[in-house]
Amino acid sequence: MLAAMTPTPETAKPAIAPMQAPRVTAAASAPVTSPTRIKIDHINAFYGQKQALFDVNLEVPDNAVTAFIGASGCGKSTLLRCLNRMNDTIPGARVEGQIRMDGTDINSAEIDPVQVRTRIGMVFQKPNPFPMSIYDNIAYGPRAHKLVSNKAEMDELVEKSLRRAALWDEVKDRLGKSGLGLSGGQQQRLVIARALAVSPAVILMDEPCSALDPVATAHIEALIDELRKHTCIVIVTHSMAQAARVSQITAFFHMGKLIEAGNTDQIFMAPKLDQTQDYITGRFG
Amino acid sequence: MKQLTAATRARYFRRQLVDRIMGGLCIAAAGLGLVLLGMILWMLFSNGIAGFSLAVFTESMAQPGAGGGLANAIVGSLIQVGLGAMIGAPIGMMVGVYLSEVGKESKFAQVVRFVNDILLSAPSVLIGLFVYQIAVEPLGGFSGLAGALALAIIAMPIVARTTEDILRLVPQAYRDGAVALGSRENEVVRKVVLPAAFGGILTGVLLAVARIAGETAPLLFTSLGNTNWSTDLTQPMASLPIAIYRYAGSPYQEWVNLAWTGAMLITVGVLVLNILSRFSHAAVAGKQGG
Repeated sequence: MLAAMTPTPETAKPAIAPMQAPRVTAAASAPVTSPTRIKIDHINAFYGQKQALFDVNLEVPDNAVTAFIGASGCGKSTLLRCLNRMNDTIPGARVEGQIRMDGTDINSAEIDPVQVRTRIGMVFQKPNPFPMSIYDNIAYGPRAHKLVSNKAEMDELVEKSLRRAALWDEVKDRLGKSGLGLSGGQQQRLVIARALAVSPAVILMDEPCSALDPVATAHIEALIDELRKHTCIVIVTHSMAQAARVSQITAFFHMGKLIEAGNTDQIFMAPKLDQTQDYITGRFG
Repeated sequence: MKQLTAATRARYFRRQLVDRIMGGLCIAAAGLGLVLLGMILWMLFSNGIAGFSLAVFTESMAQPGAGGGLANAIVGSLIQVGLGAMIGAPIGMMVGVYLSEVGKESKFAQVVRFVNDILLSAPSVLIGLFVYQIAVEPLGGFSGLAGALALAIIAMPIVARTTEDILRLVPQAYRDGAVALGSRENEVVRKVVLPAAFGGILTGVLLAVARIAGETAPLLFTSLGNTNWSTDLTQPMASLPIAIYRYAGSPYQEWVNLAWTGAMLITVGVLVLNILSRFSHAAVAGKQGG
């Protein structure tokens, strides 16, 4: 049971064929067929007396991008933070129900939240590189979890992570310089590379582009589309256009309840509920 | 431009006038502070230079008329301040880390914070009496060690307070980022939060050192002072503030001059520490900020 939660090197991952879906457009996305990675089962979440999530059920598929949309305070970020037990760090926060990742209940007593967070990376709204060099930012996770045994392996891992985050060419000559000296978009790719360095099975993104300009946003979105070939990605976004562009599955939340979830094109083109229709068309009251 | 009505213009001029008066008052207040500081420094240096010579650093205190210097007091101060900082600063830092990263708003942390604030504002003579009770009487006499202990107790709450304040300035995003990468609480503090706050904490330590370097009252009942050369921590030990205290009130002009020189040395030392702390802060910030 615990073995399922320990990080595996990238090479040891089973080679799952990437989905053959073309670059996602609202009109032409194939239905997601990859297996379920995370099963969210009757989740209720509380901050002190206030209930933030009401009986949420959702299956998050592997090798796809799942977008959580909804107005501020609808609970989408709360659910995201349930997935890597980040709510544990908030005093008074409480979660009921089951979240199974690859069949393992991540909230069970035998599971160490640290192991969960090692398997599930997270990217925050505001880029948050540590105040250290670009190299040390990437090396932070591998060092903490002793994933490599020598400098050469670390160099290789740093380069590979930065390449996967499409940042290598921009920073390869300044690896020793502070990560805070990069632009906002580069910083966000740096923290994505930092998360990738520990080979997470899932990456959670909490409005990763809301602090970025359109060009940097396009970079990140292209990166997300590339990463989903090997990873399960969950993204919280306020931008409906972004959800439509990058996700295959969309879940719409309102007042702590999951209103509707399904293939992104279905949600945007033919939502089953009027409430969803009202939100995505901007007629939301 | 459109013609302003008389009422609008009157209001405009009134606001401009108030703005100028307020600005002027601020400048005057700052100027007054600077003038006072300048006068103190001028008095200090013009008087201090009279007793200044190489002998100040090479000779110990002597009988009136026999020359002598402050070498034993300088070394005594360095030992006691150094030892005091070495004891007080690490404890203070740990208290600060506890308050900011572990205890936070818990009941116990609030009590610790409150007690620390009391200690911070406790009269330093009280600290001297306290150490007299716990270290001088039981051990059978005044000692340099007791002096260092008293200074440590004064430095500790200062360092604890600045450490907590600086750690609270470290963005929560760093902690979240480290936790999300699977770091444990102690790793988050050791590898991310403390390095990020290093420059600020170092500044706090240096300022605490500057503060205890000038303390007189806590040393009166602990290390007592010593006119002879002694580096024995179990014996009474000389220090600059005590030397100043004893010499300044003496009837001998050369002792009074040496007291001024001693005060000048402390001031220059504190000034150097302040400049160092600014540099250390800037250097660390520069390294981290790219």
